[in-house]
Amino acid sequence: MSLPASAVPDGEGALLHTAGLTRHFRLGGLLSRRMLHAVDDLDLTIHEREIVALVGESGSGKTTVARLLAMIYPPTRGAIFYRGRSVHKLRSRKDVLWYRGEVPMVFQDPYSAMNPVFRVSHGVMRNLKLHRPELDRAQRREEAERVFDIVGLNPAGDMLRKFPYEMSGGQRQRVGFAQALAVQPKLILADEPVSMLDVSIRAGILNMMASLRAEEGASILYITHDIASARYVADRIIVMYAGHAVEQGPTDVVLSRPKHPYTQLLLSAVPDPREKAVPVSADSGEPPRVIDPGEGCRFRQRCPYAIDKCAQMTPALRPMGPAHDAACHVAAVEPAGADGKPAATAVAGSPAAP
Amino acid sequence: MPEPLLEVDNLSVSYLTDAADIGAVDRVSLTVHAGEFLGIVGESGCGKSTLVFAIAQLLTPPAEITSGRVVFKGQDLVQLTDGELRHVRWRDYSVVMQSAMNALNPMKSIAAQFKDTMRAHGRISADAIRTRSTEVLHLVGIDAAHLDSYPHQLSGGMRQRAMIAMALLFTPQLVIMDEPTSALDVVAQRSLMTQIKELQQQFGFAVIFVTHDMSVVAHYSDRVMVMYAGQVAEIGATSSIFERPLHPYSKGLLDAFPSVHGPRRALTGIPGSPPDLGRPPSGCRFHPRCSEAMAQCTTSEPDLYIVGETEVRCLLYAERLRDAV
Repeated sequence: MSLPASAVPDGEGALLHTAGLTRHFRLGGLLSRRMLHAVDDLDLTIHEREIVALVGESGSGKTTVARLLAMIYPPTRGAIFYRGRSVHKLRSRKDVLWYRGEVPMVFQDPYSAMNPVFRVSHGVMRNLKLHRPELDRAQRREEAERVFDIVGLNPAGDMLRKFPYEMSGGQRQRVGFAQALAVQPKLILADEPVSMLDVSIRAGILNMMASLRAEEGASILYITHDIASARYVADRIIVMYAGHAVEQGPTDVVLSRPKHPYTQLLLSAVPDPREKAVPVSADSGEPPRVIDPGEGCRFRQRCPYAIDKCAQMTPALRPMGPAHDAACHVAAVEPAGADGKPAATAVAGSPAAP
Repeated sequence: MPEPLLEVDNLSVSYLTDAADIGAVDRVSLTVHAGEFLGIVGESGCGKSTLVFAIAQLLTPPAEITSGRVVFKGQDLVQLTDGELRHVRWRDYSVVMQSAMNALNPMKSIAAQFKDTMRAHGRISADAIRTRSTEVLHLVGIDAAHLDSYPHQLSGGMRQRAMIAMALLFTPQLVIMDEPTSALDVVAQRSLMTQIKELQQQFGFAVIFVTHDMSVVAHYSDRVMVMYAGQVAEIGATSSIFERPLHPYSKGLLDAFPSVHGPRRALTGIPGSPPDLGRPPSGCRFHPRCSEAMAQCTTSEPDLYIVGETEVRCLLYAERLRDAV
């Protein structure tokens, strides 16, 4: 699959980009030939100081993307380029350490991501020792206090001495970010960092992510199923469905003029007490487990606008407007100069509002 | 006004530990009428799960009901023995747990678990069990083919639905749900909520729905109770709480989540974290996190004041009531 026209060609000037990134998992025993397609042909670009949200349901492959980027899995096909270097050609320990230091990951579950027998300073200090060997003991301590301060864990001196069980979920998630920050990252892979937290403290973590970008200059790949929080922090949104990127573009454009029927479904499902309830037919559909898929759009079984072509040909991402792409046979390209129309009319031939 | 289905009166629950008694639920009173949908909202650690476990008589040591009554259909559940409870529980009221993965037995098929449940309440023929199991699975939109599936073969949303199906086996009058949607993503959450509401309208059972996300119950509940640090902070009609939240904590919860509509606003959330219930703050328990705290909030403990049809535990309203007199 070629890069969509509106993406930066060859990811030039991008901090990180992927080309045809694909990851399949074998299901069943050794002789099994059944393959789960977790991620297929993903072209993703992240620029410096940019927050990109990767949005999708559970099972859409978004966590697999994070793990591929973090070098936890090797890709089945395709490549990841970081500052123009192919990540999977990095061989020496020094190069791999360099990449892992520049691109750390923050995990979803702050309750299980930390070793309960160590103080929370352990992870930060270890990261510092490993990735910044030039610092001596006192400097490491100083740096640990500095990153704890940045993520809002103060007084940092006391906080560093705590054990994970002495902290709330929100505080632990901040420790996760502090660990990432300690290595002077360029890109933080944040895998659902707020989904396990109380609604009341999510805002604090989201605000902290925005300030990490503003003050530390880090880019963030924010992985979430909550499109409302993506809107709150992200510059750009990539919507994933069943292993494919189905829509991408600037946050405001994607949210005000969603082109892909799946994006429209996601948007309509966000509960909002400030709005009147819209009666919906319960869409009980769930993302398919993509086992040995053939050609065709993977959303077609749930799509109200599906046509014959959707079953025969996999739609590729195509430009819908400036820097805005969607992978849908039915979606109509934005006419030049169009302004914010209701989402439903954006799909040609739609029988009624979704 | 008809007799309420459930009347909780001054219920207190403590976790009795060696170091201290932790008052997880402090003098909570509430009523639920037949067919009503009550949402209970609060952060983790506010005692909302403990409260519903206490109502369902599912507490295990060290948690203990220290005072109060739970009157369900005219019977005080607190006084019943385990043997007596066994007749009421699940037949008249049932509970849907937060994590269906843990609540379902991974070693047994769905059909076998439904059978266990039904056998526990009388001699029922295998045919009748099969028929009823198929029926309830249909109600929640799961194909009967999944009766012979094991929990791990179902997706998260389907497991939650299977749990709800199990809760409906006897068509109880009250279904207690403890965060059934919090492990689901938005699309699955909305479809589950719509389904719960449809089933409720079809069968007329009452629902107590516990969640930390206020936006979930906005369109589905009749009344909302906001809990903070083991106490009722505010209780009233859903529409009035969402349109005119009185307690600063309710306001904070309402402003905590981003919206996909309207202009982008900066969110503040609620600073700080919930208090340690072993040592609750003096005066109003919310005052250390409250943006509208006054001097007397640190010393005098607020009562529940009645403002319109809402009850609110905040000294701001004590002042206003006194001024009005």
